[in-house]
Amino acid sequence: MADQQQVPPGAGSTAAGAARGAAGGAAVAAPVLEVTDLSASYGPVRALDGVSLRAEAGRITAVLGANGAGKTTLLRTISGLVRSTGGRVHLMGEDITRAPVEAMVQKGMAHVPEGRGVIAELTVEENLRVGALFRGKVGREEFDRVYDLFPRIAERRDNHAHTLSGGERQMLVIGRALLARPRLLLLDEPSLGLAPRIVAQIFGLLRQLVDEEGLSVLLVEQNARSALSVADIGVVLNLGRVVVTDSARTLMADEELRHAYLGF
Amino acid sequence: MSQPQDTTATSSGEMSSESPTESTAAANAPSAGASTGRSLLPSNTLLRHLLVLLLCAVVAVVLLESTDQFTNSQLAQLSYYAIAAGGLTVLTGLNGQISLGHGALMAVGAYTTALFLEAEEPLPLPVVLLVAVLLTTLVGALVGVAAARLHGPYLAGATLALAVGLPGLALYFREWLGGEQGLRVRAPRAPEAFDGFIGFVSGNPASNTKWLAYLGAICLLITFFLLANLARSRVGRTWRAVRDQEVAAELAGIDLGAWRVLAFVVSAACAGLGGAVLALVVRLAAPSGFTLVLSLALLTAIVIGGLGSLFGALLGSALLVFLPPFVTDLGADLGLNNTEAAQLAPFVYGVVLVVVMIFAPAGVVGSVRLRWRTWRARRAASAAGRA
Amino acid sequence: MQQFVNVTLTGLISGSVYAAFALALVLIWRSTRIVNFAQGSMAAATSFIALALIQSGWSYWLALVVALVSGFVLGAVVERVVIRPVEGGPELNAVIVTLGLFIAFQALIAIVYGSSFESFPAPFGLRGFSIGDTTIALTPNSLYVLGAVVVTMVGLIALFRFTRVGLAMRASAFGQEVARLLGVRVGRMLTLGWALAAVVGSLSGLLIAGGGLVWPAYMDALIVFGFVAAVLGGLDSPVGAVVGGLSIGLALAYVSAYIDPALVNLAALVILMVVLLVRPGGLFASSTARRA
Repeated sequence: MADQQQVPPGAGSTAAGAARGAAGGAAVAAPVLEVTDLSASYGPVRALDGVSLRAEAGRITAVLGANGAGKTTLLRTISGLVRSTGGRVHLMGEDITRAPVEAMVQKGMAHVPEGRGVIAELTVEENLRVGALFRGKVGREEFDRVYDLFPRIAERRDNHAHTLSGGERQMLVIGRALLARPRLLLLDEPSLGLAPRIVAQIFGLLRQLVDEEGLSVLLVEQNARSALSVADIGVVLNLGRVVVTDSARTLMADEELRHAYLGF
Repeated sequence: MSQPQDTTATSSGEMSSESPTESTAAANAPSAGASTGRSLLPSNTLLRHLLVLLLCAVVAVVLLESTDQFTNSQLAQLSYYAIAAGGLTVLTGLNGQISLGHGALMAVGAYTTALFLEAEEPLPLPVVLLVAVLLTTLVGALVGVAAARLHGPYLAGATLALAVGLPGLALYFREWLGGEQGLRVRAPRAPEAFDGFIGFVSGNPASNTKWLAYLGAICLLITFFLLANLARSRVGRTWRAVRDQEVAAELAGIDLGAWRVLAFVVSAACAGLGGAVLALVVRLAAPSGFTLVLSLALLTAIVIGGLGSLFGALLGSALLVFLPPFVTDLGADLGLNNTEAAQLAPFVYGVVLVVVMIFAPAGVVGSVRLRWRTWRARRAASAAGRA
Repeated sequence: MQQFVNVTLTGLISGSVYAAFALALVLIWRSTRIVNFAQGSMAAATSFIALALIQSGWSYWLALVVALVSGFVLGAVVERVVIRPVEGGPELNAVIVTLGLFIAFQALIAIVYGSSFESFPAPFGLRGFSIGDTTIALTPNSLYVLGAVVVTMVGLIALFRFTRVGLAMRASAFGQEVARLLGVRVGRMLTLGWALAAVVGSLSGLLIAGGGLVWPAYMDALIVFGFVAAVLGGLDSPVGAVVGGLSIGLALAYVSAYIDPALVNLAALVILMVVLLVRPGGLFASSTARRA
């Protein structure tokens, strides 16, 4: 089973050490997200086969693996877009396995889907407003803060989202997710199709948000090298199962694993 | 797509094992694994269809001779509905195109028949019918060329406009087409050979009603025989490919537009013949006979029978004939007056369309076939499991 | 000349009603990718409710309000009960369901009210204004029709542009999944969209009925004209629907006056065919956003 292959967050790296420290400390902080033995199928095809993982508070957890490993399905099952066929999902201690998709953001989890997820027919500003809709009245300063984080989309605020470049779209959807004030951000392939410079910029910003504001991130990436450079913990998925979970640094150092599953 | 052995288990006039919608396509999924049915019928398609044709002809004669005059006229009604519905089910079921204009196309066939029979020395009936079919085919080709580029709601809307617009011609050419009153149809008398035939078979009197019922049955059998063979042929397979794998078919060099037009043409030809038979049986071609309700009734027939199934179209047409008197009586019992009770039938059609699409999009034939296949697949699987 | 002016005025007035009806079709198409062919008979149903109330002594305005409210409820119930199960399924299934509703509602009206022609009152006068000593085809009632359509459109624009519900509805229409992930109750928004569309459809039904005859199938032609208008504008575009509605209103008025009233429906068919074959995306296609 997947559990047997699972390696606990290992010794060595400072990041993982810190993670262990937090977990072993006096305040036994429950993970922000705990996925236990989760399964999901598309018709007869089993896309997730008993996946267990956790996203710790204030950490970036990267889920890695080849195309078709089940990464996107994992995120979609966690947020309820795909119905799980077994297993449980807990968000900050609350069982959200069967909670409706629309309720997730209220519970503190924002999911940025694959392929940018902007609503092309709405303007940039309107896209942001949709992100804050469920919270009722949201102060102007929160919008300004997102524009401060991403000056490039601030210039385009009245343009329709379909006029944005790929990088700008990614900034818009992350900014929109932040307006929901999530504790946990689920990010699906943010680097897809973006220039390395933009990827670095976005990942740098993520790191900053995590370190300074205590955001937690569950990041799904095919681009394992970039993802591991920013993540604290890596989870490698293959054919719907967890192959290994370890600190990002350890995974980076494991040449054999990298060749076998991560393609670099 | 080509699974000729597939029909052997369930061939009884029906022709397609595939149906258009995803839901129905799913219904056919198990067929691949469980298509080793045995059959008493010959494996050659043409021969098999000929045998079925002969059998159906015998059944038709027995049915017409063992029932009274009124039922005979109902069966005549059944035949023109079924001819048109058969054409529609080819279009919608095999080729995936919807049409709400088939009522209007039937009108073309009916008016043509009426006009040609008005002459002092009318042409022989088969020629008149043929002309009606050809003219409707021509109109169908025109509509089909436009329709080939449309899909789903666009096509539905365009053919809806056809159904609502075409009767306007009857009003515009009042002197010629009779305006609101329409044209009376002079149905030709039965030939003497027919009297002899009936006398020989049952000894019943060979009334004009009976003659028209036979005429309808003959047209129906010929139409279904041709459609069944067409659907089993390369043409039918191409239609299904155009319906299900648009992109792949186009890559394979299939001219999608041309095949869609062909489907519309074939389907229009059937509508034309159906309209011609209707004109003979009802003895009237008037705008009120070809309202939108007729088109929607045809749609109901093929939906409830199961899109793409000729047998389903026949079942559905039977419903169109036998349901209205039944529900009208029911309505009268409930205290509705005649005109109100007459509306119960279209009401039921509408409800049936909605309910079938929500709960059993494969229709009656499709659902039964699905059950049968699932059952067989399960049995095959458990047999394999034991082995 | 005078006839031309009058025909043009008549065309614009009926065109404004077609525009409103087309707008209702567009609202539904944008959010659910379904053309609601039942919209005509749903509107006819609410008109008959209004007629029954007026005949029993209610004022026109009270009957209007009741009819619009019942349109709202009808639209919501239809979406929830019969449309929801086929939403997102094969497009043919949804088409067939709305056609089934179309014929079922029409038959139901005939069962309840009978199939005879009834005259429907107009709230304002039907005598044309006079300019000098000539009477033009502009009546107090046609001004009311025009005003009602304009108010409706302004109201819809305000709703979609400036309110939170409007934004949520647009988000649900254009990005169902994203909207759900952002906490928008998409199901509710789609229901609301259908309900609003049914209100606008009902209003068009009442406006076209005013001062004329109604029978169970009186909206058959309007569903065709509305559809043609909506397709003319590209089915996706509210502005296109309005322009399309006015154009079709004018075109049909000219056909009726200068060729033959019997050919009006056929003319609608011809216009539709030409548009679909020449510019399938509509005359005002700016659907780059949609296709992207």
